[in-house]
Amino acid sequence: MSTTFAPPAEPIVTDTPTLGKPAPQPASIATDPTRPEQYLEVSMGPQHPSTHGVFRMNVVLDGEQVIKLKPVFGYLHRNHEKIAESETYLGNMPYTDRLDYLCSITNNWAYAIAVEKLGGIEVPERAEYIRVITGELTRLQNHAGLLGFLLQDMGASGTPLMYAFREREKVLDLLESLTGARMMCNYLRFGGVRVDLPAGWLDQAKAFLAEFPRFLDEFERLLVGNEILMERTQNVGVLSRELAISSAISGPMARASGLNYDIRKVDGYSIYNRFSFRVPLGSHGDVYDRYMMRFLEMRESVKILEQAMRDIPAGPIQNPAVKARLFRPKPGEAYGRIESPKGELGFYLISDGSGVPYRYRVRPPSLINLTVLEDLCLGHNVADVVAILGSVDIVMGEVDR
Amino acid sequence: MLGEGIIKGLAETARNFFGSYVRKERLTTVQYPEQRLPQIEATRNFPFLVFDGTDPDAGLRCVSCQICEKECPPKCIFIEKSKDKKPDAVGKPQFYPTVFNIDVSVCMSCQICVEVCPFEAIKMDVQYDYPTEDRFSALLFDKHELSKSNEYYHQIHPTEAAAVDAALAAEREAAAAKAATAAAAAAAKAAAATAVTSTQSNGATPAAAKPATPGAAADTSEAQPAGGEKR
Repeated sequence: MSTTFAPPAEPIVTDTPTLGKPAPQPASIATDPTRPEQYLEVSMGPQHPSTHGVFRMNVVLDGEQVIKLKPVFGYLHRNHEKIAESETYLGNMPYTDRLDYLCSITNNWAYAIAVEKLGGIEVPERAEYIRVITGELTRLQNHAGLLGFLLQDMGASGTPLMYAFREREKVLDLLESLTGARMMCNYLRFGGVRVDLPAGWLDQAKAFLAEFPRFLDEFERLLVGNEILMERTQNVGVLSRELAISSAISGPMARASGLNYDIRKVDGYSIYNRFSFRVPLGSHGDVYDRYMMRFLEMRESVKILEQAMRDIPAGPIQNPAVKARLFRPKPGEAYGRIESPKGELGFYLISDGSGVPYRYRVRPPSLINLTVLEDLCLGHNVADVVAILGSVDIVMGEVDR
Repeated sequence: MLGEGIIKGLAETARNFFGSYVRKERLTTVQYPEQRLPQIEATRNFPFLVFDGTDPDAGLRCVSCQICEKECPPKCIFIEKSKDKKPDAVGKPQFYPTVFNIDVSVCMSCQICVEVCPFEAIKMDVQYDYPTEDRFSALLFDKHELSKSNEYYHQIHPTEAAAVDAALAAEREAAAAKAATAAAAAAAKAAAATAVTSTQSNGATPAAAKPATPGAAADTSEAQPAGGEKR
């Protein structure tokens, strides 16, 4: 990809409250080969409730301390990429819903962008606005859900998760009244979207959006300044900026490490260059920063949504030149990527001129963000592994495919 | 002050707890089997087949073109096409499905079958609870279980069904107009042919009948230009 890296104009650097303690140095990882009996190998998962699905970690412990961690995945492998090579381009759209099953619209979007690049398809303006609105709503519900899950994993049973899900449910209702399904939306089409906004939908969405910042304020009061949470998450699972770059980490996780990289700004795909929003950046790269990053991103998403809902024009929602059925792009290849709520989601397609893709490859943010798990966990207590994994924000449907 | 954050958070929980006695929007839980949320109109679950009128066999809109069977991503539709034809709602003879099965345990509710159907014959239902102890045949819906009336469709998706009905009515009107034009043209042609034969009593050759046709066509084309051009 020959994209020039253009840093956004005015990023926010998190000014997170700290307890003012010096950062604890991760204890030196000393392994004594003469005494192998002092190490305990524990298999965490795949049925462990904190592993967000079916994910397993082989953790080698010295007392409470992690000295080795090996992620094991593949329990949810369902041959997504190979199945896609026997399905039509349209038939693959509902399968992409099931990658990251919390945010189906952004999955549809990345795939639609890849196919549109392949077929040289233009998208009408109204459809682009609808994509931005539904995509940002998806980001809101993903981040709200993540905050709830992360806190639930760390032992804040119930309350934060229920508050977050109360809000997430409102977004899902909006998506259902538009697309027909709460989670498996299957909404985007090549060159547009499937159905237009129903009457009154925009007003409902505006009403929801007016209420949403109140939830963010409430949630911030609930747990952002909580000393127990800060003790538990600050200086835990620190990801350095260098490691984030060299392991291709993207999304909120990279930005929490201070890496100013948001594809909405860098690529300016769709119509994101029309909206004014800022990219939040963390300064420590620990679990707490990754947690805060979601709050700040939701606030920016609200700004984007307000602008998009104000400016949405009338017009067609689908490029009439595109036939969804019997769609046969010219031979060639294309890579479409977007900033999904979890990071860079990309689809790489090769067409041989027939009705099915010759090669179909997904670049899943969850999997690639998970590759640094061992580096984050070494030297920490086994209880911190749960918090670190929760802050990575994985969905196993996307990791295993 | 150490502990300030904790106290703030607890105050927020308390506000929600006591607020739930006062403000209704803080009470969001629904006691599911007894209480149900109102159905959202756009909701989709599994496909069903629409029939017009009262008889599910005679009024079935499906003409067994098998496009949905081909396009279904998980391939959960199975159709067997009839050997004979029977008249559809417009009166045109069409094939019909002798077997139409949908395995709803395979169906992923993507509604691609609805999008590709050119006859508005398959639509999405809103029924979502199909509890059963038999996981094989009970979830394999046959033609009779799938057939549901157009009135039912109007009940569950009023806006969409009204649009579909309007489109179908327009289509039928166009078909009827076209049929009427064709009939009128045929009648005119026959009348012209008889007129020609009566004037030229010494025998109606094809060559003699020919000059009369453009005139007949011109007559009908004034009334229905599209029909006249086509002919």
